[in-house]
Parts: sequence; structure tokens; C-alpha cells
Amino acid sequence: MLSFLDSVTEAVAGIQDGSTVMIGGFGNAGQPFELIDALLASGATDLTVVNNNAGQADQGLALLIKEGRVRKMICSFPRQSDSWHFDEKYRAGEIELELVPQGNLAERIRAAGAGIGGFFTPTGYGTMLAEGKETRFLDGVWQVFETPIHADVALIKALKADGKGNLVYRKTARNFGPIMAAAAKHTIAQVSEIVPVGGLDPEHVVTPGIYVNSIVKVAS
Amino acid sequence: MSTLQSLQTSPTTLGRSELAALVARDIPAGSFVNLGIGQPTLVSNFLTEEQNITLHTENGMLGMGPEAVEDQIDGDLINAGKLPVTELPGASYFHHADSFAIMRGGHLDICVLGAFQVSATGDLANWHTGAPDAIPAVGGAMDLATGAKDVFVMMSLLTRDGASKLVEACSYPLTGVGCVTRVYTERAVFLIGSDGVTVRETFGCTVDELRPLVPVPLLTPAV
Repeated sequence: MLSFLDSVTEAVAGIQDGSTVMIGGFGNAGQPFELIDALLASGATDLTVVNNNAGQADQGLALLIKEGRVRKMICSFPRQSDSWHFDEKYRAGEIELELVPQGNLAERIRAAGAGIGGFFTPTGYGTMLAEGKETRFLDGVWQVFETPIHADVALIKALKADGKGNLVYRKTARNFGPIMAAAAKHTIAQVSEIVPVGGLDPEHVVTPGIYVNSIVKVAS
Repeated sequence: MSTLQSLQTSPTTLGRSELAALVARDIPAGSFVNLGIGQPTLVSNFLTEEQNITLHTENGMLGMGPEAVEDQIDGDLINAGKLPVTELPGASYFHHADSFAIMRGGHLDICVLGAFQVSATGDLANWHTGAPDAIPAVGGAMDLATGAKDVFVMMSLLTRDGASKLVEACSYPLTGVGCVTRVYTERAVFLIGSDGVTVRETFGCTVDELRPLVPVPLLTPAV
């Protein structure tokens, strides 16, 4: 059942301690800052967070990490010039890191949304990130078995929603939004604009509303 | 001996811009290309309109234009290095799984990457120093190394301590196995194939002057 909510606070209210939360965004593009701020304010803790990065500077995901709400990060690129909150927690042994090659991260999320139980890929073969994983020689190359990443909740950012929950995005802010929407049990989208049913050209819809549970408008 | 001498195409070693210009010249017209973060990004400055190269950025775009300046800057339009960029006519956007399908599905003609080390058999090490206190970050390096049809590396031939970065076997953690096809350095261009490492051309030195610096057997092109 799709709901249109009045506030980000209401949107994240059901997120339980211990949840796995996918958060859209590549760097700051597509990062749903207002939903993350609301999640921080909600007090939810012991979270496993799935994002490409591990927070930048002193905003969004970085603050969630700083406040000790994140037990484990599943990401591809945590270390950046301004990832000081993650770096500090990691060096103190206060956060667990599952480092995943970026294409495996995307495909494992996609697989979860598509009901795929796992897949073989050449990415990572022969590297330390494939240690202990099943390998097979397929199509003339060695490949590594990877499993889906499921989540309880996805927090994503889109440009517009229509009354059916169909979403369109803006430029490279699309990034993980569509695949996270499909992979999570409950998807919350913050959008800049809500248009009536019929207000989006069906040919232009990127995320069909079936993947979306809650929509909240946030002024851009 | 005259054959070996003739491989020297520049009286001096190449600077970073000269090397980037050389890589750009070597990219066939009409190619789909991904340029890695750092030194490889310089290559885009030397691509010509006639080459009609389409640049891919892993965060979900084909048809990426030059870095954005002033009022072009848009937080929703960034490259893999998270710098603001522009879009060219004919650009397209797609989500991350599609973007990596472009890389992993063998659709990119060439990627250009930096490296800590490349082995004589084309193994690549470019994501992790292996230092115990280092925070690892891999990003799309393994997908690019494994997925692109051709993997070009741009790097300095020697470390600051004078050790060759072209090695018999990588001592740093690997990014990909047997994936590098060409290595561009300030002193030479190396082609990596099933028969070994071939010196295509040298800059500011001869092949014989190169041999003592590089601990792998160096072949020269068949004449």
C-alpha cells in the first residue's frame, strides 16, 4: 500500500533497531539527506547500512556513523578525503566493514530485487575480496559466486513521483535509487515534486510504483 | 642495434600531459571509453572532436563532457571522482546496475587506469597498498579491470625509491588477473601479450638503457 506522508519524521518512524537500511546516493548526488537526518533523529541504532560510500564531511550518512548508529557498512569506497567519521570508527574497531567491488554491490542489490539467489562474475577473481568464495570456470574465465543483498528499508531520492508512486530521477543522482527500491522490503522515496496520476509519461518512468511504499515531498 | 635505437621516439622522457596526449591519440575513433580517477582523467583534455569518443562514467552516464565550471556546476551531475561535470548532446543516464553491466558485460572498448604495479602477465594492482593501517576502498576498479576489452595503464615506471612498477609478480594486493594489455610510462610504452612484454617505443632512453631498470624480459617488435 502506497502512502504519501507529510514529513520525513513520519516516513522513517517504523525503522527498527538492527535493521538493514539501503541508502541511495553516490557521494552527495542522490543522497536523501532529509530522510537520513530524520533517521538519525528517530534514534534507530545497530543498523547495517548499504551505500556506495561511508559518508562525506559532516552531513547525512557521515553523521549517522559519527553518532554510532551504524554497526556495519556494506560499501565499495569508504575512504575519501572527507570520510573522517567513518575512518575514526573503523580505526577504533567500532564499525564493521564489508568491502564490495562496486559492480558486485550494484548487481547483488539488483539480484535481491529480482529474486535471484546468487550469480557468478569474473570481477574480483584472484583478489583478496574473493577469498573463501566459491569459484567456477565458466565461459572460458574464472568466476566468483556472489549472493544478493536484501534490506528491510531503502531510503532513496528521486526528482518526481506521480500518484501511483512511479519515479523519475535527475541526471547522475539516479545511481542506486532504482535497484535499492526493488531490493528493500519497504522503500521510502523523498522527492522534490509530486504530480497527479497521469502526470508522468509512462515511457519515461524509471522506477515503477510497485517498488515504492512511502513518498514524502522535500523542498529542493 | 639500429632497430632498437629506432624505437626511441622522443629525446626526453614524457611529462604527464605528453603521456596523456599519446594515450588519447592511440584511442581508435568511435570508441566507448572509461577514464579512471587521477592521471587517466588528463586524457580527456586531448581527445579530438573527430575521434568521436564517448566517455562513460561509472556512476551512470554515457556522453560525459568536460568538468563543469561556474554556473554549469550541478550537484546532480558528477563523475566517478565526484567532481562536477557536464553532459554532451546525445548523453544518457542509467542506474548503477546498468552502468556496471556496461563495464562487466564487455561493452567498453578501453579503460585507462592508474596503477601501483603491473605484472609481466598483465596482473594489475591499483586499489590497496596492503598496509595494515590502510582503510581499503575498491570502488569500480575490479569491474573495469575485468570487464573492459582493453585495459591501458598510465603510471610512472619507477617508484620514488627507484623500484620498477612493472614487475614479474605484483607484491601489492591484486585488482585483476591478466587484464592489462598496455602500459604507458614516461620512459616507454609496453604491450602485454601472451608472448610477454614488448616495448613499443621509448622516450629519453633506448631499450638497452631500459632493461636494467625493469626486472622482466623485454621483447622488441618483430621487424
